[in-house]
Parts: sequence; structure tokens; C-alpha cells
Amino acid sequence: MSLLIATLALGLVFAVLALGVYLSFRVYQIPDITADGSFTLGAAMTARLLKDGWDPASATAAGAAGGALAGIATGIIHTRFKVNALLSGILVMTALYSINLHVMGSSNLPITARTIFTPFETVAVSAIGKESTILGRVVHGGDIGIFAGTTIITVLICVGLIIFLKTELGAAMRATGDNARMLRALGTSTDRMIVFGLALSNALVALAGSLFAQSQNFADAQMGIGVIVLGLASVILGQTLIGNVRSVALGVIGAVLGSVLFRLLVAIAIRMGLDANDLKLITAVVVLGAIVGPEQFKAFSARRARMRGRHAPA
Amino acid sequence: MLRLDSVRKTFNPGTANEVRALNGVNLEFASGSFTVVIGTNGSGKSTLQGAISGAFELDGGTISIDSTEISQWPEYRRAQLIGRVFQDPFAGTAPELTVAENLALASKRGRIRTLAPLLRGANRGAWKELLAQIGLGLENRLDDPIGLLSGGQRQSITLLMATLTNPKVLMLDEHTAALDPRSAELVVSLTTRLVAHSSSTTIMVTHSMQQAATLGDRLIAMHRGRVYLDVAGNEKRQLTEADLLALFSQMRRDDRFDLDACEAIRSRYS
Repeated sequence: MSLLIATLALGLVFAVLALGVYLSFRVYQIPDITADGSFTLGAAMTARLLKDGWDPASATAAGAAGGALAGIATGIIHTRFKVNALLSGILVMTALYSINLHVMGSSNLPITARTIFTPFETVAVSAIGKESTILGRVVHGGDIGIFAGTTIITVLICVGLIIFLKTELGAAMRATGDNARMLRALGTSTDRMIVFGLALSNALVALAGSLFAQSQNFADAQMGIGVIVLGLASVILGQTLIGNVRSVALGVIGAVLGSVLFRLLVAIAIRMGLDANDLKLITAVVVLGAIVGPEQFKAFSARRARMRGRHAPA
Repeated sequence: MLRLDSVRKTFNPGTANEVRALNGVNLEFASGSFTVVIGTNGSGKSTLQGAISGAFELDGGTISIDSTEISQWPEYRRAQLIGRVFQDPFAGTAPELTVAENLALASKRGRIRTLAPLLRGANRGAWKELLAQIGLGLENRLDDPIGLLSGGQRQSITLLMATLTNPKVLMLDEHTAALDPRSAELVVSLTTRLVAHSSSTTIMVTHSMQQAATLGDRLIAMHRGRVYLDVAGNEKRQLTEADLLALFSQMRRDDRFDLDACEAIRSRYS
């Protein structure tokens, strides 16, 4: 039971990451690998600032703001200097690796101070005790607290994002990814929209990193490796769950559900004996399959239909 | 008033593919006028549109709208003053956004996109009336993603979006060329109606000699990056399709003459 709750909480933390990736990948059609660096940046900045005595809310917000700056850097390199979007992200991600080491002062940093989850944990522990039994299973109050905290934060972000995407600015962002030429012809700089969108996307990714570090009580220079693929997996899984709909709200909710479901699948796979070292390999294969699978399947069906047509009796 | 002063543009300068697309073009378009532009392939008629809308930087010359020089402005900034409809019927609308959302973005042309809800205070009644005059039953589809509509329907809506804020200049770039004949006819009649009711200075590039003969109050024929013919008023009204076809043969003969002249000169000097 405790494992289930911890898994759900982790899924919700990574849902925030998935929402960031949703913005860059689904809205802008840019697979923004800056995420690998900004996730760690959010974790590193929060861990460092908590160590320096900042209050948890400010330390978390600062981590997200750091991610926004990383996104702005990628956006400017891409739009102002016309560097390929993927390469722009790789450059910033690489630079962030050094920056993250400087921020932490070492390759990892434990968090011993109060975190943004501490109030939730306190309430949960006082309500059900440090350890309790629900439906005959052992449950830790701390896990419940983190679960409640991540639920509240993720729901707030979801609602905010859905409302935002329906504002003038949000709609202009969607139009940029959908038909940039049209938006320019309507008098809006799509370059600025891309910089702004990548800032928002990476702020969410860094926030996810910050929340992840606070839920695990440490930050590590390596912790962001491959998160872009995790985010993509969640977004694509979510899209499969709710179908290829054009509704903004369903797209956002799909990304969250995809992330939670992905974490559950991972937990089940590891329970069944999957070597955790193989996790990234399998994730990459699953994402590849989800992207190329439908097209390949269509091509295969069409080829078979043609073959059948050729051999059909006259 | 839209004014072009000795506008020059050469593509791929210094290479074998060098094209002098605009070769010192001087033009003045009176406010509210409706000009039709025709020309052979590579005559510079599309480059003329690109030069005005800001698709590339000029090699020389200036462009101004109501004595504001815009030749240094980026494309998106010029769009504050210029409404456009493209040849590709899908280029002017964002498919994942609804009809209402597309119209709302167009109704705020050139303004800063704020955090106000896009559709708050939207004048749905007025939009429905506008859509109804297209005559395709689009007034009931405000909340459908625009990607579900056909090319002709989308091009009609693009035309509405381009004229919604009454921009200083309206540019139509062969906007019926990619449509089926019936849709093209619909879009042309909508164009006539909207242009008649707007104060925008309209420039329409077309391949259709029929449109060139029947629409607009002025006709410009481009050839080899220059204005070859520029007629207005009665002279324009009396032009027929046959006259325009004759004009095209004339331009082609000129081409051949130039080649012959080159050949003659070469044989004399080598």
C-alpha cells in the first residue's frame, strides 16, 4: 500500500514534468532536451537554497525561475541565432551540467531542512500516525503527506495551465505551434512566443525537479538524465489513453494521467523482477514504438491489402 | 496610401541562379483602391507581395504606408497594417483552434497578446453574421476546430480574418488558385463584397485572366521585375480577357526578342 501511494505521488511529481514537455513537444512540436538540464537545475537550486536557510516556497519558486531562464536561453539561441531547436537545447543542457555542479558545490546534496512537503507530512502524521494500517496494509503517514501535497500542487498547475492556454497569450502560443505563418500575418512575433513558451515549459520541468528533490530529500547532478524521454513517454501514453483529441483540457489531463500510469507500470515491472538499470532502455524503446508504431502498422496493413488484391481471383 | 520607391531585390546574387526579381519598381497605390496584378512566371509579381509584406529584406528602395516607412520593419510588425490571404487555403488559419478562436486572434491584429481570456466579450453575434454572408452554413460552426473545414471554407474565413480590423492594406496572393472552381467562385464573390465595403488599399495577384479583366479598378502587369503595363479607370474597364491574353503573347515575344538580340550581339563580337 505504501509503495502504491509513493508511486502515485511520484507519478504526480513527474506529471508536472509531463506538462512542461507537453508545452514544448505537443504545443510547439519541439522536443526540448533543455529539460534534462533544467530538471536538475530546479532540484539543485532548491536543495542549495534550502541549505542556505530559505523558506521552502521561495526555494521552490526560485528553482522554477531558474528553469525559465534556461528555457529563455534555449529560445534565444534558437530564434535569434537560427540554431536548430534540438541543438540549442543540447547546448544549454550541456552548459547546465557545469552550472548545476556549481550551484550544489558537489555532485549531490542531501536536503535536511524543512521542505514544501513538511506541513503536509506533519498534518498526515498527526491524523493517522507515523504508521497505520488501511485495508490490512501498512501505510506511512509521511507518504500520505507527500501524496496529498503533490496532488494539490499538480491539480493547481493543471487548472492554471488550462485557463492560461485559453487566454489571448496562451492561444497565440498554440497558434505558433499550429501555424506560425498565420500568427505572424496577424501581427504577432512568433519568435517571442517561442522564447516565452520554452521559458514556461522549462519552468514547469524545473519545478518538477524541485518537487522530486524535496520528496526524495536529495539533489544529484545526474538526476535529470533522460527526463525528456520520461516526459515524452507520459505525454504519448496520455494521448493514447484519451485519444487524439483537440481539446486543450483533455490534452493537459491526458499528460497527467499518462505520467501516473507510466509510474505504475514501472513499479509493477520492477516488482516483477525488471532490473532497474534497464529502465531507461525500455522507456526509450516504448517511446520509439509509440511514435513509429502507428505509421508502421498502417504501412504494413496497406502492403498486406495490396498483396491480397494482387492475388485475388479475377 | 501605399508607396514603393525604386524597390530592388535580387535572389541568389552572384550565382548562376541569379534572379533580378524586382528591378527598380516605383508604384503608388491610392487609399482604398483595388489593384489587380498579373504577370508571367518569374515576372516578380509574387516578389512584389513579399517585398510589401516583409518576407525578405530589400536590396534597395523604400516602402511606406501613409508616409510611415515600413521597409525596415519585420514581417509581424507590418502585419499591424497589412491583412493577407495566401495561395495555400490552409495557410491562413490554425487548424487545432476553433473558428471562434481564429477570429478572436484576428480581431486583435497586431496588439499585445494579454492574459485576458481569448473569447471573453467576443462578439459572437457579429461573427455569426459575418460567417452567414459566406453562405456555407459556417455560422453554426463557431466552436468547431477549423481543421475540420474544407479548403474553400477556410479560405473564406481567412478572408474575413484579413479584413476584420480594416487594415490599411489588404494583400491577396493568388488566393483562389488552389481552390476548386466552385469554391474559387465563392471566394471571388466574397472578395468583391468585402473589398467594396472596406477602406483597405487592396492588391490582388492572380493567374486568372478572367478575374484580372473583371475585378479591380486598376491593373498592373509585371514582366522581368518591372511594371510592364499599368492601366486604371476607363482604360482598365474596357480591357477584356482577350486583350490580356494578347498582352501575354506580347510579353513572351519580347522575351524571345531579347534572346535573339543577345544571340546577334554575341555572334558579332565573338
